[in-house]
Formats: sequence, C-alpha cells, structure tokens
Amino acid sequence: MCLGVPGKVLETYKLHETLMGKVDFGGIIKEVCLAYVPDIQVGEYTIIHVGFAITRLDEQSAQETLALFRETGLLEEELLAADDHAAASETQPS
Amino acid sequence: MKYLDEFRDPDLAKRLFDEIHAITTRHWALMEVCGGQTHSIIRNGIDKLLPDKIELIHGPGCPVCVTPLEVIDKALAIAAHPNVIFCSFGDMLRVPGSGQDLFSIKSQGGDVRIVYSPLDAVKLARENPSKEVVFFGIGFETTAPANAMAVFQAKQQGLMNFSMLVSHVLVPPAIEAIMASPTNRVQAFLAAGHVCSVMGYWEYEPIAERYHVPIVVTGFEPLDVLEGIRRTVMQLEAGRAEVENAYPRAVQRQGNIPAQTILKQVFEVGERKWRGIGNIPNSGWHLRGEFRQFDAAAKFAVEDIQTQESPLCHSGEVLQGLIKPNQCPAFGKECTPRKPLGATMVSNEGACAAYYQYGRFVSLESITS
Ligand code: SF4
Repeated sequence: MCLGVPGKVLETYKLHETLMGKVDFGGIIKEVCLAYVPDIQVGEYTIIHVGFAITRLDEQSAQETLALFRETGLLEEELLAADDHAAASETQPS
Repeated sequence: MKYLDEFRDPDLAKRLFDEIHAITTRHWALMEVCGGQTHSIIRNGIDKLLPDKIELIHGPGCPVCVTPLEVIDKALAIAAHPNVIFCSFGDMLRVPGSGQDLFSIKSQGGDVRIVYSPLDAVKLARENPSKEVVFFGIGFETTAPANAMAVFQAKQQGLMNFSMLVSHVLVPPAIEAIMASPTNRVQAFLAAGHVCSVMGYWEYEPIAERYHVPIVVTGFEPLDVLEGIRRTVMQLEAGRAEVENAYPRAVQRQGNIPAQTILKQVFEVGERKWRGIGNIPNSGWHLRGEFRQFDAAAKFAVEDIQTQESPLCHSGEVLQGLIKPNQCPAFGKECTPRKPLGATMVSNEGACAAYYQYGRFVSLESITS
C-alpha cells in the first residue's frame, strides 16, 4: 500500500467541493482526488497513492515507471486489488 | 551478475554498482525505511550485488508491519459488530490479531470491504445511512493526507455514521528513536521518497546534524535505490552527514503544502506505539478535538483492548536491524506468509515476507550470534 503509481490526468471536476479527476494508469482508468495538486492540468502526470495525487511528475519518468510496474505485475496488484476482491466476494454466497 | 539483466537499464545499473564498489573502503550499515525499497532490494538482489562491506538493514518502513497487535484486535472487535461496514486497504485483511484476522470476521458474516481510496468509505457512509461505516486509517505520511481528507469530508457532509480507527505513524521521530537507541548500528538512512513527497525533507535536517548521520531521500525503483545507496556511501566515505535529495522528480524540500494544510487541520501529533519497537514520543497522528466524533476507537469503546505478542516472534529485532529475518528461529518453520506469526511476515512489504518470497533461507548453522 506504500506505492505511488504515476498516471495521466484525463479530466478534472469538482465533487462535494473537492477537486477530483479521471486518471489513466497505462490503460486502467480510475477516479482520484486531485485536491493536493490543485494547479494540475489535463494531460499532465502525477503520482497517485490510495486514490490521491500527492505530487506531479514529468511524462518521461511517469512512462518509465509505469512500464516497470507493468512488467513486475505491481500495477494490477496496486490498482485492481479492491475491485477484484469486490468482484470475487460478489460471486460468493454471503 | 545475472540479476543485472532485470534492471530497466542494465548499463546504468552496472555503472552505479561499479561506482559503489570503487568508493567503498569500510564497513557501512545503511537502513532503508520504506517497504517498497525493501521489496526492490530483495527482489532485484541489490544487497547481493553490493560490496560485502555494505550492509542493508530493513527498518520499520512497512505501515502494516508496525501497526500494533492491539490495534488489529480493536479493528476485529469493531468489524464484528452487526451494524458495521468495516473498510480497509487490502493488505490489512490477512494480518492476524491475537485470535483471528479480518478475513475470518468476513467469513463469519461480518461486512468487511477492501477499498482503494478512503473516499470510497465516505461514499459508502453516504449511501448507507442506517449503517456505521468504519475505515481502518493506518499508514505513514504518504497515506495520511488521504485519510485526513476522508474525515474532513465526512465532517463537511455531516456523515455521523462514518468513523476512522486511526493508527498513523511518522517517520522522522522513528529515525530519531533508532539513532538514540544504545544498541543502534545504523550509520545512514535512505529516507522514503513518497513520505517526503508529502512532508518534504526539511524535518530531517536537524536529525542529520544532531546524530551526524547522512539521510538521502530515495525513490523505490531499483535504479533509484542504487542511486540513493551511492550517494549515501559517498557521504559516509567523505565523513559528511547531510540531507540529500536523490528523488527530485517527485520530492521538493517543502513537500506538498496543500496536503500538509489539511493534515494539520485534522490531526495532531502525539505518542504512538510501533509494533516491535514500542512507544515513540510524537511519532503518530491522532484526530484533533474537533474531529473526535469520528474516532472509531471511542465510538465503539475498544480503547482498552490490550494484547500480547507471540513469544516466538523476533520482528522487533528485525525492524531495528539487530537480526536479519532468516536469523529468526521461526522463519520459514512456524512462521510463513500463509501462517504469519508476526506482521513483518504478513505484508509483502515486510522484511520477513520479502526474504521468504525470494528464497533467502540460510541454514541455522551459518547464523553467527
Ligand atoms: S520470521 Fe516470523 S516469527 Fe520470525 S521475526 Fe519474522 S515475522 Fe516474526
């Protein structure tokens, strides 16, 4: 859970008075909170940790890190854990 | 050097290793305080490719590992309440409390959910007004801004059915505690990059000066870790003790000011118990008075739960760098990732689990004492 994953901002908007956005992590798109990088623009890169952008990042570094994460399987582990689990638990009788 | 092929840029990795070999003249003990770095080091065999004189000690850098057993027991007690939706990051679910873990509460019918972001828990509270939604708010400074925002939003939206079991820890006081310990062996630190993305690194400057210890802000990709180690060894060999930033693409000296602003509004600093280490003054964040009504420990009256650790587990010594995981007699025997005895085996960011996963076994005969 300590990892931060770089992603590209696709869209920004306000939700409950908080700056949010859609971010693309090399193909996986998620909603994240952008309140801590208030000046970020669509098309820029940021490091996301537990659904929050914590800092900006240049595009080249972001791409390199994403490639490394994909190779090692960390990307899915970090981003899909919750969804996978939710899907898995829905198929189980509770 | 078969491992080198696995680096993103093997040539750069080789150059960094060569330079570290060339500059190292004495034995140095470095500690990393980031589970991501520990994982990178073991997975890529960085410690094996470094000069023998450089020893890496895997410090208390995994938030799951340092969360005290009684906090996990408190979580279990809350999660077992019939009207509670208990939300957590995935890696807390397998951590055993004294009896069971969150997975077993779930299999007994408890509503335990893994969320990606703490704001998912706030959303659940909004959508389920007749339920109590509790979020397990653990982590270092990297995670704290997310948890602070969740509490902040719950207050703004008047969600009285939301609360958080807070067990936040802060890195600089832990580094000070390690340096101040009479058994300390650490001579330099790699500071965790993303912790510093949030908090900056100015807080480390007085520590570096007071204890004459180099502290190098380091990322967690293999090449970042190598660069951090290279800069640390350069300082040690030159007798310097400064704070250096080897991760400038994601870290600035002052950190993330908007995040720090919310943190200060929601949390205040106080004493915190670290699993395996004990109480460290000023090393944790607690909810401020204005946010007390969101404190799950008070709401569910679990504040008094006390718990004993397994006597077989040496994770405290592992976390302080006094032994390596494979020097624990239970390592790989009574204690495995499937049946973890201590939290350093539970999370894949923990030192014991990293050693196990990458086959770092040694025979007991080779252990020196
Ligand atoms: S191997 Fe298991 S029992 Fe030994 S220190 Fe690590 S977590 Fe504790």
